[in-house]
Amino acid sequence: MHIGHDHPHAHGEAGAIDPHAPQQDHDDTLDYYRKLEIAVRELLIEKNVLTADEVRRTVENYDSRTPEGGARVVARAWVDPAFKALLLEDATAACESLGFDMNVFDVKLTVVENTPQVHNVIVCTLCSCYPRMLLGMPPAWYKSRAYRARLVREPRAVLGEFGTVLPDEVAVRVHDSTADLRYIVLPMRPEGSEHLSEAELAQLVSRDSMVGVTVLPAVQG
Amino acid sequence: MNPGPLSPGDAVAVLDADVPGHIRTPFYVRGKRGVIERAVGRFRNPEELAYGRSGEPKRMLYRVRFAQAEVWPDYQGPGVDTVDVDLYEHWLRKV
Repeated sequence: MHIGHDHPHAHGEAGAIDPHAPQQDHDDTLDYYRKLEIAVRELLIEKNVLTADEVRRTVENYDSRTPEGGARVVARAWVDPAFKALLLEDATAACESLGFDMNVFDVKLTVVENTPQVHNVIVCTLCSCYPRMLLGMPPAWYKSRAYRARLVREPRAVLGEFGTVLPDEVAVRVHDSTADLRYIVLPMRPEGSEHLSEAELAQLVSRDSMVGVTVLPAVQG
Repeated sequence: MNPGPLSPGDAVAVLDADVPGHIRTPFYVRGKRGVIERAVGRFRNPEELAYGRSGEPKRMLYRVRFAQAEVWPDYQGPGVDTVDVDLYEHWLRKV
């Protein structure tokens, strides 16, 4: 036995779990859809429809998007009323004015604003439509059947599970992204954040608040 | 079917059709009544695009707001709660 290593199993024993084993990389599973994707991609490249470099650049573009992008847009809307007006009217133009490349996404970004009277929350009951241009890839729960089925059926119960309990006077407005729009929620600016800079405000904006499953807590003095 | 131009506030019903194919109209609003929230714009028809066709002519897309109590008769939450669904013109009729 080694020092600090006195757990009572014999290494290599059938069924024993080795706590020091390398983590398995499951990304190499060649399942049906992965084979299909590789076959189609290779065909498109072979037939000169796409180049491998175009595929790489598109994947890298998607991977470069993170919720910090959405947070930057939200913080700007909180401090700049003209920007906020443009954002609600034409979100694509507003985001382009901040330097976001919106061309790779063939859908219309749409911002819905939370107010003291209305709380917005987004879902895609058909698949996993999500404002990827500003938030990146959706979390697993967003794509789960449970979230997709329940958010339209019992939104307040689902919000409660995220710790979000809203009074009955606040309308819960679910947005089901069924077509060519991608919704993102403009959360309410937290109480107590009046003294913060735009960059500090962006730090407060969580991904989940832009999906609408949470509200932003007050800033402690 | 095409209901003609619809404006915010117009009352509409969703067709209660069960047609095969790549349909974007969720079952839970078929046959339900809602109100036009806004006309979003014209887009190529995804029901056609899904099969490699052009999707032309473009179809008007509307954001339609439904009271949760209309969609789910046993809805537990308050009457102010709504669900907005994006629906193409050929799924709507004016009521």
